Formats: sequence, C-alpha cells, structure tokens
Amino acid sequence: MSHRQLSDEEAREKAQELKTYLWGFGLAAVLTLIPFGLAVFTPIATATLYWVIGVCALIQIVVHFRFFLHITLSRNTREDLQLILFTVLILAIMVGGTIWILFNLYYRMMPSMVP
Amino acid sequence: MSEETSWLLGRLDASALPFWDALQHPTTPNVVNAVIASGAGAMVLLGALAAVVFLTWTKRWRWLWREWLTSPDHKKIGIMFIMIALVMLARAVIEAVFMRLQQAVGLDGGFLTAEHFGQLFTTHGTIMVFFMAMPFLTGIINYVMPLQIGARDLSFPVMNSISLGLTAAGAAIVMVSLILAPFSTGGWSGYPSFTESATNPGAGVDYWIWAVTLSTLSSTLTGINFAVTIYKRRAPGMQWFRLPLFTWTALCTSILMIFGMPPLTVATALLALDRYLDFHFFTVDLGGNMMNYINLFWAFGHPEVYILILPAFGIFSEVFSTFSGKKLYGYGALVIATMAIAVLSFTVWLHHFFTMGQSAHVNAIFGIATMLIGIPTGVKIYDWMLTMFRGRIRFSVPMIYAVGFILLFVLGGLTGIILAVPSVDYQIHNTLFLVAHFHNMLIPGLLFGMLAGTNLWFPKAFGFRLEERWGRRAAIGWIVGFMLAFFPLYALGILGMPRRSAAFFEPAYLPWTMAAMVGAVVILFAMLFLLIQLWVSVRDRHANRVPGGDPWDGRSLEWSIASPPPAYNFPVIPEVHSRDAYMRQKETGGGAHPRPDAYGDIEMPASSAMGPIIGIAGFLMAFGLTWYQWWLVVAAGAVSLVALIARGFVRNATRVIPAAEVRREHEAWIATLDSLTPITRADEQTRANRGLPASPIEGAVQ
Amino acid sequence: MSSTTVKHPGLNLGHAHGEAHEASEELVFGFWVFMMSDLILFGLLFATYVTMLGGTAGGPGPSELFELKSAFIETTLLLVSSFTFGMASLALKYRTDRKVLVAWLIITLLLGLAFLAHELYDFHKMFSEGGVPSRSGFLSAFFALVPLHGLHVTGASIWLIALLGQIAVHGLDTPTKTGLMRLAILWHFLDVVWVGIFSLVYLGGTA
Ligand code: HEM
Ligand SMILES: [Cu+2]
Repeated sequence: MSHRQLSDEEAREKAQELKTYLWGFGLAAVLTLIPFGLAVFTPIATATLYWVIGVCALIQIVVHFRFFLHITLSRNTREDLQLILFTVLILAIMVGGTIWILFNLYYRMMPSMVP
Repeated sequence: MSEETSWLLGRLDASALPFWDALQHPTTPNVVNAVIASGAGAMVLLGALAAVVFLTWTKRWRWLWREWLTSPDHKKIGIMFIMIALVMLARAVIEAVFMRLQQAVGLDGGFLTAEHFGQLFTTHGTIMVFFMAMPFLTGIINYVMPLQIGARDLSFPVMNSISLGLTAAGAAIVMVSLILAPFSTGGWSGYPSFTESATNPGAGVDYWIWAVTLSTLSSTLTGINFAVTIYKRRAPGMQWFRLPLFTWTALCTSILMIFGMPPLTVATALLALDRYLDFHFFTVDLGGNMMNYINLFWAFGHPEVYILILPAFGIFSEVFSTFSGKKLYGYGALVIATMAIAVLSFTVWLHHFFTMGQSAHVNAIFGIATMLIGIPTGVKIYDWMLTMFRGRIRFSVPMIYAVGFILLFVLGGLTGIILAVPSVDYQIHNTLFLVAHFHNMLIPGLLFGMLAGTNLWFPKAFGFRLEERWGRRAAIGWIVGFMLAFFPLYALGILGMPRRSAAFFEPAYLPWTMAAMVGAVVILFAMLFLLIQLWVSVRDRHANRVPGGDPWDGRSLEWSIASPPPAYNFPVIPEVHSRDAYMRQKETGGGAHPRPDAYGDIEMPASSAMGPIIGIAGFLMAFGLTWYQWWLVVAAGAVSLVALIARGFVRNATRVIPAAEVRREHEAWIATLDSLTPITRADEQTRANRGLPASPIEGAVQ
Repeated sequence: MSSTTVKHPGLNLGHAHGEAHEASEELVFGFWVFMMSDLILFGLLFATYVTMLGGTAGGPGPSELFELKSAFIETTLLLVSSFTFGMASLALKYRTDRKVLVAWLIITLLLGLAFLAHELYDFHKMFSEGGVPSRSGFLSAFFALVPLHGLHVTGASIWLIALLGQIAVHGLDTPTKTGLMRLAILWHFLDVVWVGIFSLVYLGGTA
C-alpha cells in the first residue's frame, strides 16, 4: 500500500472524521476539567459535587463512544448497538444488583461497612 | 505440609502422595482411605501410561499431533471436547457412587474420612460442571452448529483450538490432584472464609481455583467464537428465523458464556489475591466480607445453569421433531422462550442465598423473578408435547432420553418452584432436597440431552450408527437409576439431612440412603451399558454404516452431506430458502443431493500448534501456582506470551483445497449414493439403513 | 461516512482497503464482543470497590491516599493518547505516508508508557504511606481495580510494539491493518474505563 492521492470525496470524509476526533478530544477535556476544577478550586457542597462528577462521567463515556469509537444511533441497522445496549443492561443488572444486595446486607448486619 | 519451600519444587514434597498420611499414622480409617485414594491415583497414572505405550507402540504420535492436536477443524475439536467430557464423566460418576456408598453405611461413621468425603463432593461437582457438562455441550455445538448454518468452520478456528487446550489443561489439573493430593474440600462453589488461607492453607483450594480459572477462560473464548460464527457465517438465505432451534440455543448459550463467565473470573481471581498476596476481600477481618464472594459466584452460577440446559433444550427440540416426523410445533414461541430464559437468567442469582440475611423484600423480588422463568420453560414443554402430538413417533434411543427428560424435568422444575419461595427455602436450604432438585434438572436435562445428541449425531461424525439395543438399555438404566438415586433425596431433605454430610446419626435416614445407593449402582450399570454400546457399535461398524449421511430422515443442513463430512463440510455453500432447510429441499423438486454447476477452490485454516502450546503452558502455570514453583509460572507465562506475539507475525495461515479435488470427492459420494437403496422410516433401526431415506415426494409410507 | 458500507461497529476502513475491509468484519466484531465481556469484568470490580469503601478497617482511606493532581495528569496522558491513536487510525484509513502512521503510533505508545510510569510512581507513594493492599478490604479493592486497568494498558502497549514489528516485517498487509483496528478499539475502551476510575475512585474519593 503506497501513499496515494485521495479522491475529493475521501478528502472531504477525512476532514469530517478529523473534526470528529477534535470534537471528541475537546469535549472530553472539558468534561474532565469541570468536575476536576470544581473539586480542586471551589468549596462546592459535596452532594452537588457527586452529582456533577456522575453526570460529567456519564456524558464523557458517551462522548468517547460517539467520537472515538464511532458508535452512533443512526446506523442502527447493525448488531453493534444491540450488543452495546445489551451489555449495558447486563452491567446495570449485575452492578446495580451487587450494590443493592450488599448494602442491604450491610445495613442489617455490618453497619460498619457503610461508608 | 512442611514450612520451608525449595526453589525447585516449591511446597511440593512427599506429603502430597496420597498414601503418605497413612504411612505416618497407620490407623484403620487412614489406611482404608489411603488405599482408595492411591487406587484412584494409580488409575490415572496407569491410564496415562497405557495411552503413551499405545501411541508409541502403534507409532501414532505424529498422527495424533498432525491430525488432531493441531487441527483447527471444528469437527475434530468438537470430538476431542466430547472425549474429555466422557473421561471426566466416568471419574465423577465413580466418585458419586463412593459418596452414595458412604452415606448408605454412614450411620454413625462410614468408611471415608470427612476430609476424603469433602474432596469427593468437591471434585465431583467441579468436574461435572466444568469438565463434563461444559466440554460436552461445547463439543456438540462445535461439531453441529457450523454444519447447521452451512458454514465451513468457526469464525476463529485457532482460538477454538486454544479453548480446547485450556479446558484440557484444567481437566488435567483435576486429574493430577489425584496423584499429588489433595484437592479442595470447599465444594464446587468454594465459599470463603473456609477457602481462605487462614483456614485452608494447603494446595487443595489453589488447585480448584486454577482449574476453574482455566475452564472459565476457555468458555469465555468459546462463547465469543460461537456467537460471532452464528452472527457472521450463516449460509446465504439462513435468516434468523430460519435457524434450526439447536443453533438458536447455541447462540443464547454463547451469549450467557460471554456475560456470565466474568463474575466467576472475578470471584476466583479475588479469592486468589486473598490467598497469594494477602488481600482482604473475603477474610473475616480487616474490612473483608465473604458475602460478596457468594454474590459474585452466583451472578455467574445462575447463568451457568442455563448455559448447561439451553443446548440440551435445543437437542431435544431437534429430537422431538425428527423422530416425530413433524416440523417443530411453535418454532417462534420456542425461540422467544429461549431468549426470555437467557435474559431472565441474569436476574435471579440471589435465590441461591436467600438465607444470607438480606431483607424480605429483596428475597421476594428475586423469588418472583425466579418463578417467572417457569413460564417460558413451560411454554417449551407444551411445544415439545404438541410436536409429538399426532406425529408418527419412532422410539429410537434419542427419543427415549427425550421422553424421560420431559417427565423428569417437569418434576425437577416443580421442586425448583418450591425452592423459589424464600420462606420454604429457609426450611430446606442446604439439605439434600436441593441436591435432589439440581440433579433432577442436570441429569434428565443436561446429561440426557448430551447423550441423546450423541446418539443422534454420532452417525454423522463417524459414518456408522450406534447400536440400538445397548443404547436403549443404557437410556432406561439412566432413567430408572436416576429416579432411584435421587427421589429418596427429596425425602431426606425434608427430613432435614444436610448436604455434604460425611456421616449422620439419625437412623430414620438409613432406608432412604440405602435406596439411593441402589440407584447409584443402577446408574453405574447404565454407564457400563454406554461403554458396551460404544464397543458393540465399533465392532459392528461395517454393518451399520450410513454413507448416505442421512440416517434419520433429518431436517437441517447437517444431514445433507456425507458421513463423516469432508474437511470443508460443504462442497458448495448451500442456499437456504426456508426453515428445516434440508427437509424442504427433499420435499421439493431440487432433489436431496443436487449436483452443483461448478466447484470452486476452498480456503481452509491451516493447522496451528497454538492450542497445545497454550494448553500445556496453562497447565504448567496452574501447577506452578498451586505448588509455589515460581520459576515454572514465569517460564510458562513467558512461553505463552512469546507464542501469542509470534502468532501475530504468521502469514498464510490458510491452505487451499483445489476445486478438482472437491469435485472428485463430491462425485465419488454421489456415486455411492446412487448405489444405496432408500429406506422408509420404519426400517430406520435395521441394518438396511444406509443413510438414504426414501424421498417423501415418492409417496413412501412413513 | 458515505463511501463506506459499514461492516462492523466503529471506524471502518472502507472499500479502498479491499481485502482488509472485508476481513475486518468478523475480526473487529469478535473483538467488540470480547471487549464487552471484559467490560463486565471491570463493572464487577467497580461494584466491588463501591461495596468495600467502608472496609478501611481503621487504615488510610481515599482522602488520605489519593492525589487528585497526579490522577489528573494520568487522565490527560491517556486522553491525549486516545486522540493520537485516532490520528493513527485516520492515517491508516486514508493511506497517508506510512511514516506518519508509525509516528502517531509511537507517540501513542510513549504516552501509554508515560501513563504507566506515572501510575507506578503513584502506587509507590501509596505504599510508602502505608497504603498497601494487605492493610484493608478497601485497599484490596483499590489494588484490584486500578492495577487491572494498568495491566490492560501494559498488554495494549506490548501489542502495539508487536504491531510496529509486524509493520516493519510485513508492511501494512491485511493482518496488520486488522490488528491496528482492534488495538484502536482496545485503546479507546481503556480510556473509557479510566474515565470511570478517575471519576469514581479519584474524584469521588477525594470529594
Ligand atoms: C450420575 C449420577 C450422579 C450421582 C449419583 C451424583 C451424586 C452426587 C452426590 C452424592 C453428591 C453430594 C451430595 C451432598 O452434598 O451430600 C453430588 C453433588 C453434586 N453433583 Fe452429582 N451426581 C450425579 C451426577 C451429576 C451431574 C450430571 C452433575 C452436573 C452436571 C452433578 C453435579 C453435582 C454438583 C454441582 C454437586 C454439588 C457439589 C458440592 O456440594 O459442592 N452431579 N452428586
Ligand atoms: Cu439459580
């Protein structure tokens, strides 16, 4: 495979995709900086901070999937989105279930384990 | 177990020999147990030795390596998986008989020490689940699924061979533990804190951890392989709702493997960290708690039981429809029920520890979720019965297993619903009622399914039918033996006998444990009949050949090709137009064996030594970790890493079978077909069956 | 993405790559499935970490041990490396000079190694402050979760070196291209996991 001239269409596509990565990088940086900045430089209330951290993290994960891993909603003709959504479902069940079950047990039997 | 360790052998020393303890303390129980344990170890040693001598004598090492161990062919890998399963089944059944014997004479004692009994139920459970059931179903899916979807191999053939290597390594670890003892006494679930190093410092639990880890890795890779194959390698026209039901269950099982294995990987890995590096996940002090282990283990454990049962459901679906001579009743409902079961199976794991102490509403929610699974399962039962309804049923061996399955499985399911009520579970939890319940699911479900599948597809794989008479005896032996061996355990459970008891002091148990022992002996005979069946079949193979490839008037694509199939499966990839693709082909004008217009070159994966390399390295790593032989761990780890990297540099990992050769083989087969006399289904069990059924359009009386 | 039929999730090579584009369908999809299985592993370790937060057993807790600035530097290193791998992917897809591709890959590798070095230094500091896994359940959970991510980065770096070797030996043939496609997914995926770690463990722990 050698260095080759790109067709016009390819060149356009390349510019488009470069933009995707730049957007992704920019958004991810901002979404990291917001909670970090709040945590380090402001005396924000802890509860609010947790919310900000959680929401920013979730958005950032979506950003990574959208802009770096190129998973979009529009191409839902294929198995990719199904796979990822199913994984999210299983994760929710297992992670949510684990936390629910264990904290229920802690409250009843090992209160010292509740942070 | 001595304190200091040598760099070479780690903590392995003479005390690992199964008779060492008896030499030091020659009391009667010690000697009895040492004789049994050493006998078992000697059998492993002699078996291995016999295999080596046989291979050397017949000069078959090269053949073994070339044709089997390094083969990426899904059919051969499938057969090797099943061979592992059968060997391990034999061991685990023998262990089960010993346990039944012990409990039959166990009033106030018995002949096995508690330690020995503990190893027996641990190895029995671990083997049955990880090294019998998993390899068995993996082997059958490996063999059949690509044929059913019209593919030439799995998506990742070399990875398939690696999966086989890992499972073989795990099984070998369990076998070696008979010679260099002990194995764990922690049960197949290995709960801490009993399995923590503070309470259980020896090598046993470590054997268990690494054997199970090897098996889990293998199954995860297998699941990915199967799922991707079904997604990406279906023949043209093989749409989702045209898949044979067995393939559907294979897909759902694979998805369960992909998502259900990680919790076990995490649980055993964290337990290993506790034991090796002094972490505190499940210890009783320093902020650990064992409840999370139990939670993680069952987050795997419940999907696991559906991994085990779904392929059997698929096999029975094929059996009912084939041997009733009808299309499957309620195909769509069966598919949806399978998917529903797969998803629901992730939502019920807490029913394995209702009594751990969480609040009643948590228990109630998981109890209800558990009962919900009964609905899709019930749908399946009705569909199978309606498939038989007004069919012309042939009671061949797979059908006997299938009918036994339906009857017994419904009973087992009902006791499951009983156990799903938390308040009832509080009474019978951890008793033999539970043991009866899960064997009631696993033996009629999983094991009968696998044996039915073996009888069904054996002629496909080897080109001759299994003998029917001994097959029938074995099937009936299993059914009767199962009932005798396990129905008494329901009573024992209700009477309050705890599971995993080496001995008991309640005379009222005795009649029941005696009855159960008789059942176990019947099962032992059924095992023997299976062996005889195999022996007789091989002896009479020439009389029972089915070169036509379709001995049961089959419905799906695997029956459309020769028996045994060529390495590339299909000379030309078939085109699918409907469900029951091959039956449709036989019924319509195209003919059962159309001659293709043209043949093409076929590209097949080339052999690779990756499977054996990773398998052996995996075994050595597990062994080294168990005995603290760190140099071995590092060396074996390095070998696998280098092998994996080197594999990336390999090019031309395929070989090409020229079109001319494909044509020659196919035409030779068609010529054979022309020389065969077609038979009706009525003659299916006779020697007239050459694998060529009479065409349905010629008005044959079926 | 008009000129490309989509063969698999994520960035597709496109028809100009012919055989590699075709081959990537199965390989990349399979790798996605593997990634998802791996994600469950991480998810459960996150869950375990949350349930062990109270298990400090009188030992040092998050606020005594974690340094947010240091974690922030690691986050930045990883994020930039994700971006540079993206540039490498584009260089691969649009057949830019091979030197450019290799340069992006090497930059990515260096960033990954820098991340690892920094992380090791962090662990070292934690150790010297008594933050060892055998101290408490909480620290055990930390040292299972975060180093597992580190191990993944190590593995990915080794794979990257191996792929550089393959480029040197075989050039950009189909197996190297599909290898790079899969490594890209792994690399971005590890960045996603790190977002979780940074947010939950570090930001959440010191908040
Ligand atoms: C072939 C006839 C079989 C017999 C006679 C048999 C007998 C037994 C016995 C006596 C126990 C110990 C019960 C106790 O705790 O007191 C046991 C446990 C167990 N069996 Fe079987 N079994 C058989 C087949 C199977 C099969 C086919 C499977 C699975 C596929 C299986 C899986 C297990 C498991 C998981 C345990 C629990 C081990 C533990 O307590 O950790 N068994 N079996
Ligand atoms: Cu369950």
